[in-house]
Parts: sequence; C-alpha cells; structure tokens
Amino acid sequence: MSEKEESPKKKSRREFLQDVGIVGVGSILAGSAIFAGINYDKKKKLGDRIKVLTAENELLEIDKNDATKVGKFKSQDLTFLQKQGREGIPGKRWVMVIDLSKCRNARKCMNACQGAHHLRPEQHHINVLKMQESKNTPPYYMPKPCQHCDNPPCVAVCPVDATFKRPDGIVLIDNERCIGCRFCIAACPYSARVFNWTEPLLNEDDKDKTYNVELNVPQRKGTVSKCLFSADRLRDGKLPYCVSACPNGVYYFGDENEDAVTNGTTKETVRLKKLLEENAGYRLMPELGTQPRVYYLPAKGKSYPFQDADKPEAEEHI
Amino acid sequence: MLDQSKKDKITSDLLGSIRLNYSFMIWMAFLVTSFSICIYAYITQLQNGLAVTGLGDYVSWGIYIANFVFFVATSLIGMLISAVLGLSGAKWAAPLARIAEIIALAFAAVAGLVIVSDMGRPERLIYVFIHARIQSPILWDVTVVTMYVLISALLLYLPLIPDLKICHDKLVKIPNYLRNFYKILSLNWNGSLEQEKIILQSTRILAILIVPVALAIHTVTSWLFASTTRVGWDSTIFGPYFVTGAFVSGCAAVIIAMFFYRNNYKLKDYITEKHFDKMGKLLVLVSLVYLYFNLNEFMVPGYKMKKGDAVHIHDLFAGSHALLFWSVQIFGLVIPILLLLFKKMRKPLPMLVIALFVLFGAWFKRYIIVVPTMEHPFLPIQNVPLNFRIYTPTLTESLITLAPIILVLIIITILSKLFPIIPVQETIDHLEESN
Repeated sequence: MSEKEESPKKKSRREFLQDVGIVGVGSILAGSAIFAGINYDKKKKLGDRIKVLTAENELLEIDKNDATKVGKFKSQDLTFLQKQGREGIPGKRWVMVIDLSKCRNARKCMNACQGAHHLRPEQHHINVLKMQESKNTPPYYMPKPCQHCDNPPCVAVCPVDATFKRPDGIVLIDNERCIGCRFCIAACPYSARVFNWTEPLLNEDDKDKTYNVELNVPQRKGTVSKCLFSADRLRDGKLPYCVSACPNGVYYFGDENEDAVTNGTTKETVRLKKLLEENAGYRLMPELGTQPRVYYLPAKGKSYPFQDADKPEAEEHI
Repeated sequence: MLDQSKKDKITSDLLGSIRLNYSFMIWMAFLVTSFSICIYAYITQLQNGLAVTGLGDYVSWGIYIANFVFFVATSLIGMLISAVLGLSGAKWAAPLARIAEIIALAFAAVAGLVIVSDMGRPERLIYVFIHARIQSPILWDVTVVTMYVLISALLLYLPLIPDLKICHDKLVKIPNYLRNFYKILSLNWNGSLEQEKIILQSTRILAILIVPVALAIHTVTSWLFASTTRVGWDSTIFGPYFVTGAFVSGCAAVIIAMFFYRNNYKLKDYITEKHFDKMGKLLVLVSLVYLYFNLNEFMVPGYKMKKGDAVHIHDLFAGSHALLFWSVQIFGLVIPILLLLFKKMRKPLPMLVIALFVLFGAWFKRYIIVVPTMEHPFLPIQNVPLNFRIYTPTLTESLITLAPIILVLIIITILSKLFPIIPVQETIDHLEESN
C-alpha cells in the first residue's frame, strides 16, 4: 500500500521538476526572443537606407543592416562585363545616319569621343574628313566613324576572335584578347581603327578601373582600339557621345528594327527609311560589299560654307 | 668499285669543316655581339611598345612584315632544289641539297620569330592557338609554316643519318659528348640494304609532300595581303607572284652560301664551277618567270589607271617610292638576268656579286609590296601627325629587323659546323654509280 501511496507523490515531484524545466527554458527562449525583438527594433530605428548596385546593373535601396558584406569587389566584375559586351543589347539593330549638309567641322564629336574613350589627340574613333570627289564638285566635311559593317572585313581576318560582330550590329574590340597583329587595321577599307603604339594617355588614372569592352577603357598598350557606337551609353538608353555632342544636328542614331532614328541635337525622332528616301541616303564604298550600318545624307544645300583654309587638304585626294 | 683511298679522301675532305678554328670563333663572336645589340633593341620595344618603330595608324605594317615575307620567300628554295630538282632526276643539284635544306629550315623557323617581333602583345602568342579562328589567314599561315619547318627538318635529317654514322666513326679527335651526339642521332645506322630502302622511301615521300606545303606557305603569306581590299594588294595573281619571287631570292641565297662554303671549307672539288653555272641558269629561269609576273602585276592596273590604282602606280613609277621601285626592278632583276646570260658571268665571284644584288633587291621588293599600299588607303589621311602619313623606319626598328637575319646566319654557321655540308655517303655512292 505504502508503495502505492508513495508513487503519486514521486510522480508529482517529477512533474514539478519537468514543469520547472519547461517554464525555465521557455521563459529564457521567450526572453531572448523579446530581447532580440527589441534589439532588432532599436537597430531598425538607428539603421540607414543604402543604395546597392547589383551585378545586373540594377540600383536597389535596402536597409543597411540587412546587407552582409561578403567581399570587396571592384566597381564591376570583368567576367560579367565581357559576357554582356559580347552578347549585345537584345532586339536592337543600331544604325547611324550622318547628314553631311549640316556638318561644319565643329569637331565636338571628335572631342567628346576622345574624352570618353581616353584617346590621344591623334587617335580618332571618329574623324571629320575634308572631302572632294573631283575638281568641279564642291568640297564638304565628312565625319567618319567605324561603319559597323554587317560583313566586316576586320572581323574576318582576326586570328583570335578579339574583334567581333554583335547581334545588335556593333563591331567591338576586346583588348583583353587582342594580340596586336594589326591585320584588322590592314583589312579595314575605312581606316577606322587605331592602335595604342605607346602607353595610353590616362592609364595612370585608369589602372584601378575594370575593363569595359563596351567603352574600351582602360585602353591598353599594344592593342587595337576603335569606334564602339558608344555601346556603354546605348545600354543606359542614351545616344552615343559623338551624337549627343554635335551642336549642328549632323547625327541621327537609332534602331533599324524600330525604323526610328533620333537626332542628337534636336532630339527629334524620325523614320529611318523615310529619312533615307527623302534625302537620297547612301553608304560609303558599297562596291566593297561590306554592308555598313552608317548611312550618309549628301551635302546638298549645305547649312554652313566650306572653309577656304580647308580647301587644299580636300583637293589633295582628288 | 671506288678504291678505299679515294673514299677516305672524300670523307676527310667533306668532314674537314667540322672543327673549331679561329676564323669560326671570330665570325661567331661578331654574330653573337651584333645579335645581342639587336636583342637590346627588342627589349626597348617590349618596354615602350611599338612606338619605338616608325609605324602609325595608317602604315601599321612596315619592315617587320616585309622581313617576314622575305624570310618565308627565301625558305622556299629547299623545296625547289631538294624536291623539284631531286624528283626530276637532276643529279647535279645533289651536293647542293643540304645547303638548300639548311637555308630553308633556318629561314622558315626564324620567320615565326619575325612575326612575333611585330606583335603588339607578344606575351599573348598562345591565344593564336587557344582562341584560334580558322577563318583568319594568319591561322593558315601558322599551320603551313609549322608543317614546312617540320618537313624541312626531316628532309635535312633523314639523308644526314648515314653521314652522322660516318661522323661518329671517322671524327676521332672530337670530344666524347659530340661523338655520342652523332651516335644517338645516327639511330644505329649500319648501312644495310633494308635501312637504305627505308631512308630512300621516306625521303621520297617527304620530297613529294613538301611541294604542296611549300607552295602553300608562300601562297598563304601572299593572301595576308590579297585577302584585303586595299589597292596594290587586291590582286588575283598574288599567290604565284609571291611564289615565283620566292625562288629568285632563294636561289640567290643558295649561291651566296655556296660561294662561302666553297671558299671557307675548301670544297672547290665538290662545289665546282659547273654548279655555279647551273645555278646561274636556274636563277635566270626563275627571274624571267618572276619578271613576267611583275609585268602582269603592274602593267594591267597601270594601263587602266582606276582611281586607287592610279595613285599607287604613280607613286611607284614616278612618286616617292620610284627610286626604290626602279632600283629593285633594274638592279635586282633585269640586269642580273642579262648578265647571267653570259657564260663568263656564271663564275663563282661574279655570281656572288650578282646574287647579293638579287638578294638585297628581293628584300626591298618586299618593302615595295608592303609599305606603299598602306600609305594609300581609300579615304584621305587627315588630322594626324606627319609621321603617320609617311613611313620612315627607326634605328631600333632596323636593328630588330636585322636580328632574325643574324640569327639565320648563326643557325646556318652552326649547322654547317656540326654536319658535313656536302652529303658524304651520297657523294661516294654517286661516284660508285658513275664508275
């Protein structure tokens, strides 16, 4: 009997101890949870919102405390930039129209381009030439960027795939790959390519920058450089450097797929086909079969006179 | 049968050059010193970039590329003498085959280095293999030149095996390591009929194989230019034009080498006046063919005078390159042809002088092919410094151009000091046959 009487007593003690244990652990958990909660709240009040640039180039705003530092990266990752640079901008077929009747050799395009791409004064991604076809035809100014040919002779001859044609029509040069053989310079009928014969101009300032194939900066000694249709600007939805810099409305730039080009000066958007049709648009040296993506409108009814001082140079080529 | 004493005389005569003497030491010291100076020039180019050259964005290929074309051209002679003449049974050329093969191997192997000196980023040479794009004529060139070097090396080595055995047996005064070197290279040659058959057959196969490969190396080299649309390069006859020109400079190189080997190595009984006479006639033949291609290359566009061609032709015929153009054509081609028609001129000394003119002419001809075209692009050259319009090679650039030429001389000298320059076994065999 006594045993029978004792057992509930023992049981109740065990139960008591169990209860104490549960309550104890529970209250510690609850306490710490509340404490953490309060702390979290406190932090939340103290914390700032910060801006974070993702690898996909999206700018996000997040709470500073939610961000965990996982490493220190350069501003942008080379592998990502290289991949993006080779893929191009989906769905686009970039095209440029140059209205020769508007050009007065202001050279703002050349300056903007050389500034953006860190070029030396003698290196021209775009060069304004003084042209004259024959003695009795008038001289005119002709801005000449890379023609971004659809059948590019430079790309054909490159032995290492350093220069390549993107689906959006742009011909780029990857100076991480270029071996400096200059076959592309020899093959280009438009003299559109330049070489870094010496240490590039701003290399000291650029040495910590990640190479962006869409800007070709930092430039690299011993490699080829060329006009990029400002692929970096196009990615941001902006017009190329030269197009935006022109004060005289020479340049139209846009997408062949949309049949729309925008004038860099007036910001007026017009139909590409209509513009070419109404102004007798043409391309340089079509007989070579290079299929340029740059169209010219003839220098009919020039807005500005051809400078007398430039005449001898224009005549030289007749 | 040839008696033993005559055999021994031939052997000792032909092995006589394999020794180190003072004139060799002085010659090598001179070569190595000049080579070091040129290497120093190349180091400055590595440090400062190609800006040390006279090149610019318009004339972006200059004397390095001209030199490369010259090297590939000169190397073609190996094919002409050991394959074409050998296969057609022209026995007189047999003693010259090894000289021609050594020249071919040296020039073809060094041509690869010449092209590296032109690269903006030579440390990326490996990209040509790991990122190779087969569409590019450069890849074709790399492939066929490598093949040509390999086949030329084999064509030099296989007929050499019996002689290596002779070197090992007869040259007792030489250091042991050198004797072992000959022993290893002679691959247990014992002169059995079976071994002779193997060598004969493999040499024959290689001699046939090298013909298309040799034609390919210079045709592809010409396509580095002809594959562009530029005025002066955009030509359909560039392949044969280059190949025929190659035989001219190669013949001249062999004649010069013959002269010096004959005099310095006391080989007057083996490289005879008859050989000079034959080589003189061969040079006339290949020069005439080359002249014919020159006529086509300049006469046809010169008659039509299309806009771009007119500028180019005018520049060559009467403009800034006229002096060089006419000198090369007259002193490097026309006068040598005329002189060599006379038997008196096909003697060793006059031929040496003529061959030197032809060889220098051949080098400058490559300059005429490369540079003037680059000075006349389709669109005008404007808004650049004057040195971008007119190309003038710098001293550093000239030294770097000289380096591979000196290297070829070093290789030719060393090879001719290691191995008998006239095939020993073959000479004996031929004499036995004719007896």
